[in-house]
Amino acid sequence: MTNHLETSEMVLNMGPQHPSTHGVLRLILKLDGERVKSIECVIGYLHRGVEKIGENRTYAQFAPYVDRMDYVAAVSNGLGYCLAVEKLIGIEAPPRAQFVRVIFAELNRIASHLLWLGTSALDLGAMTALFYTMREREDVLKIFENYCGARLTTHAFRIGGLQYELHDTFEAELLAFCASFPARLDEYERLLTQNPIWVDRLKGIGILTAADCKAYAVSGPVLRAAGLPWDLRKAQPYSSYDQFDFDIPTGQNADSYDRYLVRIEEMRQSLRIIRQALDRIPSGPILAKVPKVLKPAPGEIYSSIEAPKGELGYYIVSDGSLQPWRLRVRPPSFLNLAALEKMAVGALVADVVAIIGTLDFVLGEVDR
Amino acid sequence: MVETLRKIFLADLLTGLWVTFKTQRTSNIVTEQYPLERPRVGERFRGAPRLNNNPENGETLCIGCDLCAKACPENLIVVGTERNKETRRLDLTYFTYDLSRCMFCGLCEDACPVDALELTQDFEMASYTRDGLIWDRQMLEEGPRPTPYTR
Ligand code: SF4
Ligand code: SF4
Repeated sequence: MTNHLETSEMVLNMGPQHPSTHGVLRLILKLDGERVKSIECVIGYLHRGVEKIGENRTYAQFAPYVDRMDYVAAVSNGLGYCLAVEKLIGIEAPPRAQFVRVIFAELNRIASHLLWLGTSALDLGAMTALFYTMREREDVLKIFENYCGARLTTHAFRIGGLQYELHDTFEAELLAFCASFPARLDEYERLLTQNPIWVDRLKGIGILTAADCKAYAVSGPVLRAAGLPWDLRKAQPYSSYDQFDFDIPTGQNADSYDRYLVRIEEMRQSLRIIRQALDRIPSGPILAKVPKVLKPAPGEIYSSIEAPKGELGYYIVSDGSLQPWRLRVRPPSFLNLAALEKMAVGALVADVVAIIGTLDFVLGEVDR
Repeated sequence: MVETLRKIFLADLLTGLWVTFKTQRTSNIVTEQYPLERPRVGERFRGAPRLNNNPENGETLCIGCDLCAKACPENLIVVGTERNKETRRLDLTYFTYDLSRCMFCGLCEDACPVDALELTQDFEMASYTRDGLIWDRQMLEEGPRPTPYTR
């Protein structure tokens, strides 16, 4: 007589309303007990056809739409788009505008990582972190609001530079944030870094080696956690990033815990960049001479930046008319999500939550 | 030894409580009591649109140039004008603004050459009907009238 129970594979739907899939991602898990045997992502619930919208708008008109892709890092999206169009029409933003852009992009990196930290800690049962990170994120969003009038979908930059001059209280607000934030970061680290539950749930989970990262075209903190110091801000500096002194944090173990450490360190480095930029911010015009009607010559360009989640690229084909003939976005989230299967097969269901959390994708950007 | 003493004197518990009490100072409270207290939004906040009148004679500042409607990515502004025979200028006949599709990007505001159209700090624009979100010229000049909140 055998004691084996009759077990069979079970298909489990996770999402699209599952809170830990961070939006509307549906995962079809094939389970053997608690082990994941196969995983299939179903995406597209948030599809709005952003790329198609881009083909029906003028270059300036499309700028607000890119904010709605990765809505937690709208400033970076806008920066990437503005740089791409500037490359297409062959102009460059004035130095002051570049510095302001750097400050806002780095603030946005901090805001994005803070949201990531809070929500993924919440998924893994560490609820306190969420309240703390949201408090600091509020400070950043307040600066955005005072600068450009919106908190999330900022539309902060314009093609050729900036629309708004810095507001009067900007420096004071930013200095206050820079002064308080390092202590706050230490506070998160005290909460989490040595926390046995946090460490147990992340260490050795969701390993994606450097070779796999390359095979899947994974970028951003996930790639750096695998030990590759690849950061477009250093590799192909844009918007005066070559004038700042900062390090690229990397991990060794390529697991979820390293991704956490890399992101925490990235926030420190962002703060370093912000301080330097604020000290050396040049005066001068904020908007380059941009023709009133943007009509780029026929041609195509690809331009990419290091967004908080990885390489964000824009590929624009112009046919010489007012609107792009084709506008393609290379979203970091989408390509990082593709590696989920590689990381999650063989793991436990509960680990899938940790892996999703530390991959850090935004469905608005995956689906577009 | 130290470990035992820590246990006897409940050191960890006290540390934990200290963290709790540290955040009890009123200066550390970050929750906003909306709608009891309206939050102060930034000066450049992009909220409800307004069509400005000349404060001196109450006439509209809008010159009917249609630039805002052309700048809008969502095509939601409709400007109606009529050529005035005497002054040979454009008179504004109607102006509609479909808030339900507006994304408050501010491009219309930037395009306006005379600062007639402006996105203001009002943010209470909710309506029970879709029609209520289509603002005509009168609504745009007066601004939203949110229901006052009472307990
Ligand atoms: S804010 Fe933007 S979407 Fe709204 S009316 Fe103005 S241009 Fe159009
Ligand atoms: S751009 Fe200004 S002046 Fe011209 S139609 Fe619009 S609101 Fe009127």
